[in-house]
Amino acid sequence: MNSMFSRDRWDEILEALNANKFRTLLTAFGVFWGITILVLLLALTNGLKNGVTADFGDFATNSMFMWSQGTSKPYKGLPKGRYFNFKIDDVAALKTAVPNLKYVSPRNQLGGFNGANNVTRGTKTGAFEIYGDYPEYIKQQPMDILQGRFLSYSDINAKRKICVIGTGVLNSLYDKGEPVLGTYIKINGVNFMVVGSFKMSNSQGDEEQDANTIYMPFTTFSQAFNRGDTVGWMALTAQDHVSITTLKPQVFNIMKARHKVDPTDDRAIGHFDLSEQFGRVNGLFSILSFVGYFVGALVLMSGIIGISNIMLIVVKERTKEIGVRRALGASPWAIKSQILQESLMLTILAGMVGISFAAFIIWGMNILLDYYGPVDNFANPSVSMQVIFTALIILIVSGVLAGLIPANSATKMKPVDALRID
Amino acid sequence: MIQIKDLHKSYHMGSNSLHVLKGINFNVKEGELVSIMGSSGSGKSTLLNILGMLDEADQGQYILDDVPIKNLNEKIAAKYRNEFLGFIFQSFNLINYKSALDNVSMPLYYKGVKRKERTERAMHYLEKVGLAQWSHHLPSELSGGQKQRVAIARALASDPKVLLADEPTGALDTKTSYEVMELIQGINDEGKTILIVTHEDDIAHMTKRIVNLKDGLIIDDSSVEQIRASAHV
Repeated sequence: MNSMFSRDRWDEILEALNANKFRTLLTAFGVFWGITILVLLLALTNGLKNGVTADFGDFATNSMFMWSQGTSKPYKGLPKGRYFNFKIDDVAALKTAVPNLKYVSPRNQLGGFNGANNVTRGTKTGAFEIYGDYPEYIKQQPMDILQGRFLSYSDINAKRKICVIGTGVLNSLYDKGEPVLGTYIKINGVNFMVVGSFKMSNSQGDEEQDANTIYMPFTTFSQAFNRGDTVGWMALTAQDHVSITTLKPQVFNIMKARHKVDPTDDRAIGHFDLSEQFGRVNGLFSILSFVGYFVGALVLMSGIIGISNIMLIVVKERTKEIGVRRALGASPWAIKSQILQESLMLTILAGMVGISFAAFIIWGMNILLDYYGPVDNFANPSVSMQVIFTALIILIVSGVLAGLIPANSATKMKPVDALRID
Repeated sequence: MIQIKDLHKSYHMGSNSLHVLKGINFNVKEGELVSIMGSSGSGKSTLLNILGMLDEADQGQYILDDVPIKNLNEKIAAKYRNEFLGFIFQSFNLINYKSALDNVSMPLYYKGVKRKERTERAMHYLEKVGLAQWSHHLPSELSGGQKQRVAIARALASDPKVLLADEPTGALDTKTSYEVMELIQGINDEGKTILIVTHEDDIAHMTKRIVNLKDGLIIDDSSVEQIRASAHV
């Protein structure tokens, strides 16, 4: 008869809410505050997460690094404490034996932290990190190529003496505006042609180190710096549907077998499992957002109890009015649904204002962050649409919950008794 | 229009039981204007509440316009109240944050009448009680007599079979009381069945029949010569 959303019903509700504006406002404030805190907590958690995960850079998270260490057990007549190197044919062996590995990149390095000057160009010199790499490496460590290109397989096969340089290298070896591509730099006395320059995508914190980096083909590196067929370490990335952590034992066993290492010798091969670390951080933030939801929901709940409370008072105050309405032919459901709708609307309106207010604060935070530059472990506080929808659903459910008890109490009294009240 | 047979009603308060109606029998025909009199505690209000389906009898039969009123749930009672009955209260019971027009259209709202038609019909009844120009005023801006006239318009709005008035002049001065009675007489002249609970003799004599209640029983039920209120205004 009286549909939930007819204009008449809205008029009724607006009239009722308008009849006591100040109280309506105070009541709504509880929910407003609750939802604001809920959204802000989630946004801050998100900001923290963004900040911390940015430290992982863009490196493919389903990856691990693996290197050889001295053996700790004698095996097959070989003594313990024996040092061994991974070889270049280990890469092909791993790829065939473990098809779930997406990328296996052997790497070699020259120079490093606080290293001596190792690169010169004319009169300019600098100390940089030099890596021998395969073309896949850019898929594991995303970079933005600013000029020219990255390494290619024809570079690998032809052992071309070319290199790709970071922005830090570029700035210290070249004048502003000087052409870069096709020029030569001397690395440890060997000339290399520069074919490209890059910067790390979305890198944070270690930008300088990242950008003070030179990449050259792995094969060229081995030949130019006398590494033979040895591999310094490997960067392995698993296929998207498998975790690198589950592939680890298989990879280690193959490498141990190929290098005559006791299968139980866990110290012979060192590794760093990025996915495990990432998972740990992600887990931490799942807990943090759960805490955010939990605390926010609790604060919101006190707001909802406030609404419920006020609605009870409103019902009590309007007992006589409700009696009159029932004498005029209002069914119990008509009365109940109106009370429910009043509390629902109050909750949702207050909630929307709260969400907007929280969004405004988040916007302000982002402006401040932009203005004062990046802060450690905190970046881009934000909430997704999903969170907003979740908050809205929480609001709707809580609006109904808030109205339930008052709505029931509104029709509990017999009309004759309700009419008698003054 | 109304048939009542052997109606009983008691109230229980703790261990005490108060037998308010002790077997009421009476009939009201269509178009009658009946006053129910009695001292306080005689059961007249209880009777009116039962007639109005605001309360239920413990025992007895109540037939309203050939519909037996029995074992009602609240939903059906609300529907019957809306269709069959119009209430006029001593304290007017207008909703104070609604204009006169909105108050009058409320029974139509619960009947499910569309907004436009509702406003038209409500306006028609406001005109009938002579308050068309006050339609957008709140009850607080109206005098007692005006309020009661709005309440009468509201009671008429859904075109009920019976009007039930509980001390309609109880809160009004004599002159205003007579004006309200004049209006009620006019409505009755048009054929509406009206029951009035009152304890004022002069008001009772403006009806056509007086039913006297004492201690839960009808002690007298007689037709009277109707005194036109217009003679006193």
